[in-house]
Amino acid sequence: MSEQFSIVGKPIMNAQLLGHVTGSTQYVDEISFPGMLWMKAVRSPVPRGKIRRIDTSKAEKLPGVVRIITAKDVPNNIHVNMAAIGIGPPDEPVLPEDEVNYKGEAICLVVAKDEETAAKAAEMVEVEIEELPPVLDMEEALKPSAPVIKKWGMNAFIFGSGMDGATRPGRPGRPLFLVKRGEVEIALKQADYVVEGSYLIPPIEHAPIEPHVCVAKPEPGQRLTIYTTTQAPYFVRDNVATILNIPPSNIRVVAPAVGGGFGGKVDPEFEMQVAVAAMCVGRPVKWRWTREEEFTISTTRPAVKIEFQDALSKDGLILGRKARLLHDSGAYTRTSPYGVIKATVNLSGPYYIPNVHYEGYCVYTNRQPSSAMRGYGVFEFSYAVELQMERDAKKLGIDSWEFRFKNAYRNGQVSATGKLIDDAYLIEVMKEAVALAGVSLPNHLLQMSSWG
Amino acid sequence: MAKLRGRGIAAICYPTGMNLGGDPSQTVIIAQPDGTFVVNVASVELGQGLRTVLAQIAAEAIGASIEDIEVRFGDTQLAPHDTGTFASRTTHRMGNAIIKAGQEVRQILLDVASKILEVSPQDLEIRNGKIWVRGVPDKFISVREVASQAQFVYNIPVVGKGHYVKPKSIVDPETGESDPHSTMAHGCVVADVEVDTETGEVTVLRLFTVYEVGRAVNPKLVEGQIIGGAVMGLGAALRETVYPRYPQIIHQTTSFREYVLPTAGDVPKIIYKIVESPTPTGPYGAKGVGEMVANGIAPAIVNAVYDAIGVQITELPITPEKVLKALSEKGKSK
Amino acid sequence: MRIRFRLDGQSVEVDVKHTETLLRVLKDRLGVGSVHFGCGEGSCGACIVLIDGRPRYSCLTLAGYVDGKEVSTVAALARDGELTEIQKAFVENNAAQCGYCTPGMILIVRALLEKNPSPSDEELFDALAGNLCRCTGYVPIINAIRSVIKR
Repeated sequence: MSEQFSIVGKPIMNAQLLGHVTGSTQYVDEISFPGMLWMKAVRSPVPRGKIRRIDTSKAEKLPGVVRIITAKDVPNNIHVNMAAIGIGPPDEPVLPEDEVNYKGEAICLVVAKDEETAAKAAEMVEVEIEELPPVLDMEEALKPSAPVIKKWGMNAFIFGSGMDGATRPGRPGRPLFLVKRGEVEIALKQADYVVEGSYLIPPIEHAPIEPHVCVAKPEPGQRLTIYTTTQAPYFVRDNVATILNIPPSNIRVVAPAVGGGFGGKVDPEFEMQVAVAAMCVGRPVKWRWTREEEFTISTTRPAVKIEFQDALSKDGLILGRKARLLHDSGAYTRTSPYGVIKATVNLSGPYYIPNVHYEGYCVYTNRQPSSAMRGYGVFEFSYAVELQMERDAKKLGIDSWEFRFKNAYRNGQVSATGKLIDDAYLIEVMKEAVALAGVSLPNHLLQMSSWG
Repeated sequence: MAKLRGRGIAAICYPTGMNLGGDPSQTVIIAQPDGTFVVNVASVELGQGLRTVLAQIAAEAIGASIEDIEVRFGDTQLAPHDTGTFASRTTHRMGNAIIKAGQEVRQILLDVASKILEVSPQDLEIRNGKIWVRGVPDKFISVREVASQAQFVYNIPVVGKGHYVKPKSIVDPETGESDPHSTMAHGCVVADVEVDTETGEVTVLRLFTVYEVGRAVNPKLVEGQIIGGAVMGLGAALRETVYPRYPQIIHQTTSFREYVLPTAGDVPKIIYKIVESPTPTGPYGAKGVGEMVANGIAPAIVNAVYDAIGVQITELPITPEKVLKALSEKGKSK
Repeated sequence: MRIRFRLDGQSVEVDVKHTETLLRVLKDRLGVGSVHFGCGEGSCGACIVLIDGRPRYSCLTLAGYVDGKEVSTVAALARDGELTEIQKAFVENNAAQCGYCTPGMILIVRALLEKNPSPSDEELFDALAGNLCRCTGYVPIINAIRSVIKR
């Protein structure tokens, strides 16, 4: 197949390997500058509360402390990560003004001559917070009785009805993303069996071995160079430009080799703070997160709960599926509306289901914001769909392979979102897996194909 | 008390690239004075091997030798806009952009070579760093020589630009009708497990995995993703969560002592196969690989435990605690 | 306090605080690039160096401890650009992706094989239990080590 190519399809050696084995690959932590300062955050001890008082006077007197940065120092405090590609709403402060919404949220930042001094001074900042009851459970968050943690008046996101189907706030609408095709209620009524299932994935940490590290270096003429462990340099540039209120072209973002990402370095979740600090003090500033900050502050895979109701015929076909997906966004929006849509449009998995009704909810809770992780949305729907398939097959008393072969989507069919399926290849892949694992299947299955 | 064995399967699809599209990638390929090429991308080398894969795509598109391609990554000052390195979008999106840029470079090289060799560009072939008159492959001129002469003799810039975007899909808010993805990749995982009914511990004995990746631009790097993704999926299946008492925030993990990643001794036998079904939307047919390979492992393992013990545990991770609880509830219901 | 030690064969003198870790001194003061911070508590192995030939977590070692000792990093392994067997095997087996854990991995393997040139699987897994890799799934690393053992 690949013979038509000179170089595509060849197992060329990873060009980074020589640097890796000799220890000469440069990561952000190897970057420093003369006169560079270090930063640490003062973090919220509670998951939700009103900030009553921030007293930095004692900390400021500690020798070596250069500046303490608060919300007042941020020119344009409220932002959302992926504004550049139409994902909103902007709901996250660089530094909170009056309330904290998750345990560990950065309240203010200490810039000092070294990391140790910054850490010591951070402990000396006095913060008085009036603790409020946190919202932690997604089902509770959606009830009218729940404390409301979002300014638009509910703990879920209102998907706009704009032409782009995108995610704008403020418009009265439904707190869900909807996929509807056929007549699911009729399918459920006519089904020989209805099988229900509910599946939960709790938050998972990306855990790249390299933690987040960022150095921001002010340059002449209101310009700034940011060296950072990011997967998305242009997201960093856009967000920093927005919150500093300067043209994006004034900012250069450099991501040297990054020590693993897995989605955990997609969100510009700390570069904005470092950029503000560097601009305030006019010197390079470095912020290196601890492993504890990686676990408790950096994003996680969202918790996702998916409920299914499958309408089955006794000859082993899925006639319809009703599904409800709850996605725990944590305290702020980040990329969550994107993740909700990606999972919700795919709740049929690689199977053909003619009648569907899928609801996807983006739910806010008082925990660290969640975001992308390897297979964002897809890991989640794949898990729930494949567990439900097993449950369906058991109910029908049909072999797991047979049930999947029968229901696998075929080329020429139409997906849940009305897209013509033209690159189905599941049946062929399952046949390969059957051969690899030494399973013997009846001929009528082995004769199936994605084209018939 | 016994050790029960079970087998589970998971069949999966992976929608390549950002959902609903609207995520541009751009690149510029610039010939250096010595006739080698720099491919400028704002994508980031995270270990996945993008520097290698994108160089292969560029070399193929230009007709250059792989040794003459350097991919410079991760700098907004050097490279035009790229949405980012996630959603298994880089090989697909940036790969497509690089093909366009490479084809521009290739055309320039053919035009210049036609001046040097005094033949029509249509009569020339270019491949693997060499340009020759069709039918006379032993009389060739090197791509480096042509790229260099273009600048020093013929006053022609050798620069290629490429852009790729899947136009943003419109969504019908009432039905979700939309064109969310560029192409689907596929996978199937078979997991064999052993469950210790006394301790609740699940041991994964074998993972058979098959992935259809469109085109494996670099099979060695695809293999790297398959194995690495399998072990990440294994961790998610058996151990990993930041909130062991989700949705409560007590016992939130703060270190690798509480959040136990798989180590070298935890890895089961992983048997894999790569299958190709090239997509017309992908660079040389390629689909996304990096994310898909982590997605089928957990459901296959959980289904295998279901097969072994007869109870379906629905909440990840399936810790010994949950297995024992499931077994005891099953015992009660009998 | 002022300490003197040999770093990859070169004499080094540096003033350190009593509380300062070797990792911080190597990385932030002496600009050693190949020693990486991963967890700060001896769980991940990214910061491993050899002290008098024995593998140590530099994040848990006080800088003062290496006074008069020999500290080696992965950077000094290759002589005149010629990679060692272990480094070559890592390259041949594609045993690194992001590379952040690689120097620690190579050093721990080197120390193990010097002590025990043909470790059993169990001994190998034990030796690697304190070195985390999130990218490769370990299989290529194990393959690389086995290929060295065979030679």
